[in-house]
Amino acid sequence: MDNNQQRIVITGIGLAAPGADNLKDFRAQVLAGNSGIKEIELRYFGSAPAGICTFDETRYRKKRENKRGTRAGCLGVYCAHEALADAALSIDHYERSRIGVYMGLTEHGTVETENEIFNISNYNYDVKYWSHHHNPRTVLNNPAGEITMSLGITGPHYAIGAACAAGNASLIQGVQMLRLDEVDMALVGGISESPGSFGIFASFKAQGALAEAADPRQACRPFDMDRNGIVVSEGACIYVLERLEKALDRGARIYGEIAGYCINSDARDFVLPYDKRQAECMQQALKRAGMEPGDIDIINTHATGTKQGDIEECKAIRQVFGEAPSTYINNTKSIIGHAMGAAGVLELAGNLPAFEDHLVHPTINVTNLDPECALPHMVLNTPVQLPTISTILNNSFGMVGINSVIIVKKYEK
Amino acid sequence: MTRDEIKDLILEIIKDIDEDADFNTLQSDLPLRDQLDLDSMDFLDIVMELRKRHKLQIPEEDYPQLASLSSCVNYLEPLLKNI
Repeated sequence: MDNNQQRIVITGIGLAAPGADNLKDFRAQVLAGNSGIKEIELRYFGSAPAGICTFDETRYRKKRENKRGTRAGCLGVYCAHEALADAALSIDHYERSRIGVYMGLTEHGTVETENEIFNISNYNYDVKYWSHHHNPRTVLNNPAGEITMSLGITGPHYAIGAACAAGNASLIQGVQMLRLDEVDMALVGGISESPGSFGIFASFKAQGALAEAADPRQACRPFDMDRNGIVVSEGACIYVLERLEKALDRGARIYGEIAGYCINSDARDFVLPYDKRQAECMQQALKRAGMEPGDIDIINTHATGTKQGDIEECKAIRQVFGEAPSTYINNTKSIIGHAMGAAGVLELAGNLPAFEDHLVHPTINVTNLDPECALPHMVLNTPVQLPTISTILNNSFGMVGINSVIIVKKYEK
Repeated sequence: MTRDEIKDLILEIIKDIDEDADFNTLQSDLPLRDQLDLDSMDFLDIVMELRKRHKLQIPEEDYPQLASLSSCVNYLEPLLKNI
């Protein structure tokens, strides 16, 4: 393959976030710092702040199919169709067997299993009432498979399980499959249906890592002294990835080019993050991109609003970027919560329009910046206008010690 | 339940599965799956709903008895006579 076939670009984006159902509205939301978090009621658990998506669930498939499938599938189908439309691509532009669907999931099946157990509790736990839909709903490839069924894609589809780094990991998978010439187009992204599971909230609560606040819009507050945990959110975001050569051939709009990436492991702890490996992950991604820290214009941080997690990431950034005063730092979770498997790609999507408008959207809810999180050029509470923005580094980390970093650059000929 | 009530019950369950199901041209003696957009999973939904609503345990070997609307009614009539 020549160079243009190894260069992979993003040409379409479909998304559903707490507060927006398309990129234009999402960009406006993050620039305005308009929190999409609300209070929800959960079975057994009670109320909690969370992010829920509102979108046209029957725009691309019938209510009947949504009923049979999963919430993750419903989110995925919507975003996949939206991404193709955004890319101005017909599904027949590429051979359907040469399209890959790679979906990042933090978890899948938790919601469906909880629902089934609740269902049979109404029948004295008689398993004869357990649904025949349970297995096809809970297999890990379910959301990606529902996308292929909706679009008639016959190429590979599978899930990338990488905890909350899964969105980034799926993007990396798509890049690799395109470079290996396994596919001609990739639909990559991540999906979270986690707010449907009381167990996920209860587990974070038991861990002392679930956010609480009188005003749910202020519940997610990374880097703030009063942060007290994670806000669990729904969300999905799917990108169309193509080889640069093919994208140019058809005159596609190019959101950005994948410049570098890295995934590594802490090999240390189930839940505690580790700054040293996070720093190594960023350094390796920079090396692969052929960049120095000073070349990065924006870092979208992973920070979720936990005491230790935010500090560890800031330590890692300090190790790598300490001497790079031109790099601006923001956090998208403060606005939409933690969209789990969708977080990496959704947050990156919120930043990508910066290549055009040259604005850095802010981290909101920071009233007392934690000195241990303080870094040069943190963008807090209001956006910052820069003369130009041409590179974004996107951090996304997850439980059991997985770190992922993607660097995207503005497309230049 | 009367035969008409059983028929309505089956149609109501199918409507729950697919709200777009069109019964206007449905012929009672022809297989439901040939006339409506139903597959094997939908068919199991019908079996499950009968179990949930009326505690009917329909053995797998009897599933063919539920192929058409009229065969459903014939099969279910004695089972639902006291309801």
